[in-house]
Amino acid sequence: MANLITTKRGLDIPVNGKAVESIGSAVLTRDFAMIPDCYHGITPKLMVKEGDVVKAGSPVFFDKQFPDTKFVSPVSGVVKSKNRGERRKIISILIESDGKMEYADFEKPSLAGSTREQLVLQLQQAGLWVYIKQRPYDVIAAPTSTPKAVFVSSFDTAPLAPNNDFVLGSQMADFQMGIDVLAKLAPVHLGVRAGKKSPFHAVRNAAITEYAGPHPVGNVGVQINHISPVNKGEVVFTVNAQDVVFIGRFFNKGVVDLTRTVALTGPSAKAPQYFKLLPGVKLEELLKDKIKGNSTHRIISGNILTGEKIAGNGYIDPYSTQITIMEEGNETHELLGWGMPRIRRFSMSRAYLAPLLESKLVSKLFGHIRYQWDARLMGGRRAIIMSGEYDKVLPMDIYPEYLFKAMITKDIDKMEALGAYEIAPEDVALCEFVCTSKLPLQQIVRESLDLMKKELE
Amino acid sequence: MSNKLRKYVDQLKPHFSKGGKFEKLHSVFDGFETFLFTPNITSKRGTHIHDAIDSKRTMIVVVLAMVPALLFGMYNIGYQHYLAIGQEVGFWDMFLFGALAIIPTIIVSYGVGLGIEFVIAQIKGHEVQEGFLVSGMLIPLIVPVDTPLWMVAVATAFAVVFAKEVFGGTGMNIFNVALVARAFLFFAYPTFMSGDKVWVRTGTTFGLGEGTPVDSFSGATVLGEVATAPGATASLTDTLGNPISFIDGFLGLIPGSMGETSTLAILLGAGLLLLTGVASWKVIFSVFGGGAIMAYVFNIIGPDTAYANLEWYNHLVFGGFAFGAVFMATDPVTSARTETGKWIYGFMIGAFTIIIRVLNPGYPEGMMLAILFMNIFAPLIDYYVVDANIKKRLKRAQIKA
Repeated sequence: MANLITTKRGLDIPVNGKAVESIGSAVLTRDFAMIPDCYHGITPKLMVKEGDVVKAGSPVFFDKQFPDTKFVSPVSGVVKSKNRGERRKIISILIESDGKMEYADFEKPSLAGSTREQLVLQLQQAGLWVYIKQRPYDVIAAPTSTPKAVFVSSFDTAPLAPNNDFVLGSQMADFQMGIDVLAKLAPVHLGVRAGKKSPFHAVRNAAITEYAGPHPVGNVGVQINHISPVNKGEVVFTVNAQDVVFIGRFFNKGVVDLTRTVALTGPSAKAPQYFKLLPGVKLEELLKDKIKGNSTHRIISGNILTGEKIAGNGYIDPYSTQITIMEEGNETHELLGWGMPRIRRFSMSRAYLAPLLESKLVSKLFGHIRYQWDARLMGGRRAIIMSGEYDKVLPMDIYPEYLFKAMITKDIDKMEALGAYEIAPEDVALCEFVCTSKLPLQQIVRESLDLMKKELE
Repeated sequence: MSNKLRKYVDQLKPHFSKGGKFEKLHSVFDGFETFLFTPNITSKRGTHIHDAIDSKRTMIVVVLAMVPALLFGMYNIGYQHYLAIGQEVGFWDMFLFGALAIIPTIIVSYGVGLGIEFVIAQIKGHEVQEGFLVSGMLIPLIVPVDTPLWMVAVATAFAVVFAKEVFGGTGMNIFNVALVARAFLFFAYPTFMSGDKVWVRTGTTFGLGEGTPVDSFSGATVLGEVATAPGATASLTDTLGNPISFIDGFLGLIPGSMGETSTLAILLGAGLLLLTGVASWKVIFSVFGGGAIMAYVFNIIGPDTAYANLEWYNHLVFGGFAFGAVFMATDPVTSARTETGKWIYGFMIGAFTIIIRVLNPGYPEGMMLAILFMNIFAPLIDYYVVDANIKKRLKRAQIKA
């Protein structure tokens, strides 16, 4: 039986608009975009010109630091244009699909006959290495580093996150192959949801650990912290469960097939359900008549805590497994909000009724409340006042307030001592949510990790 | 109603924005606007939703928690006054007398403090911060009723400027702002702040309650009497010399600072703070624990003075002990911030209070000094708690290496 780790600290935020477990059919535009900024920390070098014909899996650009790490086109089609910003920075490369979905030719890789180095190179060339990230710094893994372990979390506990049992249940052969490939890089740790039987319990070639508790227990960062925390000088690789399948497909079929099952979710999503999409596809057509109400909406590529806000005619980013639609709320003015009961506003603090209403007894008697959500900060930005808030939602052996203070003051030695190697922006998303002082903690962590990487490497 | 008000605010807004007629009052306007309406600023990046809690809500909860102590204080001021002049009047007469005595102090405290906050916010160009909503209510509750208003004004100004704003404003201060105001009064005007003249108002309030004190009247506080008692035991008495006991201290019909006398009213406030989770139960509990244990130790092995022999449970209900434990020690900014640290911090406050009370003849009440003293040590306590985590991480790395 697998080990069980239970965390108490954390918070499941009751956002409504969970995707129904069915796959909808959608007519998609032929417009795709590859946005280098989605791959944090790389310097892109273009390999295509406008008008070039690409196939699914053809390289479009590479990383200047590791030229073998290619970023490949998700579809077959024509490179329509490239947009540059200030100082000729590449903003995006637009690709128009030809609707035929031809795959680039790769020699079908063999797992048994390859050395570790060959595997890494094959993954880099196929554009799949970009789905392997590393701690420290939460960036695309350095191909040259030797990780002590590879961590995969098979479940996502973020609000309205897709259910991987449903999404990947029919693709377990590819998932298993992906795990087998990763196991060649380092021992693989697979985190599974405790309690229910999931297809992931049967995965071989990985050390399986069961986790129970509220969000963020599904975050790979929390799982690493409990099993094998990252010390100075150590590296751990992490791969999202859905991305393991990409690697598996490549080794099973020899093609770069980046088709994902993406959950369309959120309080403002009409009929939330799953869709099969490719990374970088333009969402305009898909979202047409799938948005409730007439007020201003915010479309998020990713989940409501860590996702990126995108325009109505924007593109889904390559790592997103979820699209969330919610109200913007910039036209909402609540009179004397600090003094009102605000029953339909959610809070972790008992200064509101939400914790009482969410308690087991009350919710059993009266059912769950459908909370109102919008993108307002719900208050003014302040210096840190309350203590102990962050600890309640970060189930890691870290003093988050002190780590954030070290980050705000750019004290690298302190950051290192307080556990910055173990943390990624997504792990502190809940801290940012509950913060009374409304501090942008994910941004603080992201910038600090970048600073550390720059100074220490 | 809400829409009309919003429209009106939107009409005014341009005048207070940059380039407007009243540009210099921008912070004031912003302060009132965010007071009326929850700001509609949305997140640009990071989490797209936020918890409904903000610092305004938090501060208001604390102010609400002080209301029982405030109302009881109003009644008690009147009660003590009419007791002193030997007149029997009804409840509302006493309450009115006390209310009229305390309200000017509240107005002065808020007026001076918020005035300074608004000016500094405008100079620094940031939002008006809510911290003073709490401090401004604390100050009237912890000064004696006969403190001259100009002294309250000077002390408040000193505390806001030198204990808070020079450190960077709410959240950055080292010392509890209200306690600095109290300490300023205590050390700058010692003749006013101690002795037996200031705790009970024997004069009139706006012409109300005329009379002369009865012969047996003495205005000393219970702790003041214990501290000056000549023998090895002190009998606890009210201002007329009648014996009182633990229950009188608990209910609070005794002389003292305006809002600190009733442990019951304070515990009602503590109930709200703990129910809402705004104050740390660890701090409150450990202050009481530290005080009780230290007082018990003195009871058993202390010097043979009246103060050392004061029963440990009486220590907890007389003077400012309960008020300090519930409203002062729990200030999250100046308290220890780690959970382990809070236990130590609270315990030390309780223990130091009793030590100062018993061993220092100059200060019948030790709560103020104990909290200010531990405010200094809170970061040190946290330093060692966090350092243990750092050492653990280092050790882990070395074992692996």
